[in-house]
Amino acid sequence: MRSGQASPAGTFGAVKRNWGLYLLLLPAVVLSLLFAYKPMYGVLIAFKDYSPAMGIADSPWAGFKYFEKFFNSYQFSNTIKNTLIISVYSLVTFPIPIILALMVNQMRPNRFRRFFQTVSYMPHFISTVVMVGLMVILLSPSTGLVGNLYSLFGKEAPDLMGSSALFSSVYVWSDVWQHVGWDSIIFIAALSAVDPSLYEAATVDGASRWHKVRFIDIPMLMPTAVTLLILRVGGLLGVGFEKVYLMQNDLNATSSEILSTYVYKIGLLSSQYSFSSAVNLFNTVINFILLIIVNQISKKISENSLW
Amino acid sequence: MGVLTPVIKENKRKIKNNRSSDTVMEIVMYAVAVIFLIILIYPLYFIIIASFSDPSAVSGGQVWLFPKGFTLDGYQELLRHKNIWIGYRNTILYTIAGTAIGLAVNISAAYALSRKDLRGRRFLSLFFIFTMFFNGGLIPTFLTIRDFHLYDTFLVMVLPFSVGVYNIIVARTFFQTSIPGDLWEAAQIDGCGNLRFFTQVVLPLSKAIIAVLGLWIAVGHWNSYFNALIYLKNPDLHPLQLILRNILITNQMQSGIGSGEAAQLALRLANMMRYSVIIVATVPIMCVYPFIQKYFNQGVMIGAVKE
Repeated sequence: MRSGQASPAGTFGAVKRNWGLYLLLLPAVVLSLLFAYKPMYGVLIAFKDYSPAMGIADSPWAGFKYFEKFFNSYQFSNTIKNTLIISVYSLVTFPIPIILALMVNQMRPNRFRRFFQTVSYMPHFISTVVMVGLMVILLSPSTGLVGNLYSLFGKEAPDLMGSSALFSSVYVWSDVWQHVGWDSIIFIAALSAVDPSLYEAATVDGASRWHKVRFIDIPMLMPTAVTLLILRVGGLLGVGFEKVYLMQNDLNATSSEILSTYVYKIGLLSSQYSFSSAVNLFNTVINFILLIIVNQISKKISENSLW
Repeated sequence: MGVLTPVIKENKRKIKNNRSSDTVMEIVMYAVAVIFLIILIYPLYFIIIASFSDPSAVSGGQVWLFPKGFTLDGYQELLRHKNIWIGYRNTILYTIAGTAIGLAVNISAAYALSRKDLRGRRFLSLFFIFTMFFNGGLIPTFLTIRDFHLYDTFLVMVLPFSVGVYNIIVARTFFQTSIPGDLWEAAQIDGCGNLRFFTQVVLPLSKAIIAVLGLWIAVGHWNSYFNALIYLKNPDLHPLQLILRNILITNQMQSGIGSGEAAQLALRLANMMRYSVIIVATVPIMCVYPFIQKYFNQGVMIGAVKE
């Protein structure tokens, strides 16, 4: 009996015949139900006056009270502004891994190229804690590498870690330093799929290397680049918690409070569970809407889309 | 033929002209690459030489290319610091257990999803992918973990978040492209069941993907900080990263608060350890990854393939 032919007992029979496969899936399904889907039900507390004693189901409804509270709080515009500044700034650095990949692709496959790639991936494996620790040490104006560099030229170094104005720059460029090599892998992989006969044909037509990059490599990268860009825009309000939280201090507080650190502080440090969930839900919904809009636009303009 | 001759001549001239512009481009490119390498490597190199140098020489800006006032005091101080070794032990345990669980859960689910004869395949894939875009958020997840009595336990670090949807997609694509369907049909005729086929045929053929996912998951556990910050209170369970944060970042911020000789001494010791602690925490991961690097392009490429 072929599985493609639907018989009355088809579904049941197919499941029974392949019970081993369902057994392999079971752990992942159970873990997802318990730790991904069950918390989704907990999102309800954003609309309730949640009290731990009564539980999620029995706590009284609060409507949009906590959303209004957030919209009216002074942290509303501040956290959103900070989150947007950091993520739009990061978006601007999006082409850098592409440029790196184009460069690596131009190198002859030899030891220098291998060494270059190995080294450029390396910082990606540094943990966020160590990364911020490195920044604290190296960027210190008095004793750090940057401080020493400045004093070499007889100048006073700026306090990079303790500056509100420079917070987003320090955040974004340290991120570029850490992840540019890793982010370029995907573009290098895409370039390795280019048909070599295209280059040969271009050489016969008298194209220079620059022409080949401009008219073969860059167009080949566009679909990958657009897909990744859509995902990035979809996460515009989703700047990660860890690095920002670790970089925060009293001196940069005005520009380092973002949505996720705010959710953590009001939620876990001051136990306002419902309020914190409301802020978080607001964040998720905006991200989702952005993702859908950008995907639609991209579908219209370039015929690239996620779904 | 006669008509084409001028075109060929023209192209030959072009190719000759382009040779010199190619050389210029090559020189510029390698120069940029070398500068880029220096920017990436130097901070890492500096940490290494600083860890072997006299702390006052480091903060005085005398350490640039070689260690100055060679000393192992930083490492010695590290040996005396009990917290670090507790953290180290915990991190190793979390990494081993977490990687084993993660690999088992994700690889087996990915294989089942890669099989075309799995009924409900589309639905099951969506079931996992949905969790990539939507989740309960910090507080509902926290409440769930607490309801299951996982708060402040060993298990919370290795079990709840072991389903990695991105990993599953990557592995599933790998199985789809590299395990031929005929193999399963042949095995079936020989009376082999799904589970035996998976363990005795599929797994031995999939060392590459197991290595890549294993490294990704292991690095994640080794560097993990967020879950420990939120779900662990007992200091005896703290992983290395949480302890590193106290030495590298929090201490730094509070340096102005403490006064008196004891505080001064503590600060001096912490300063001495800052470099060696980074080395000790980062070197193990850095040692593993070059061996698996050759699989990276492949792994990332697979992950980028669109449905």
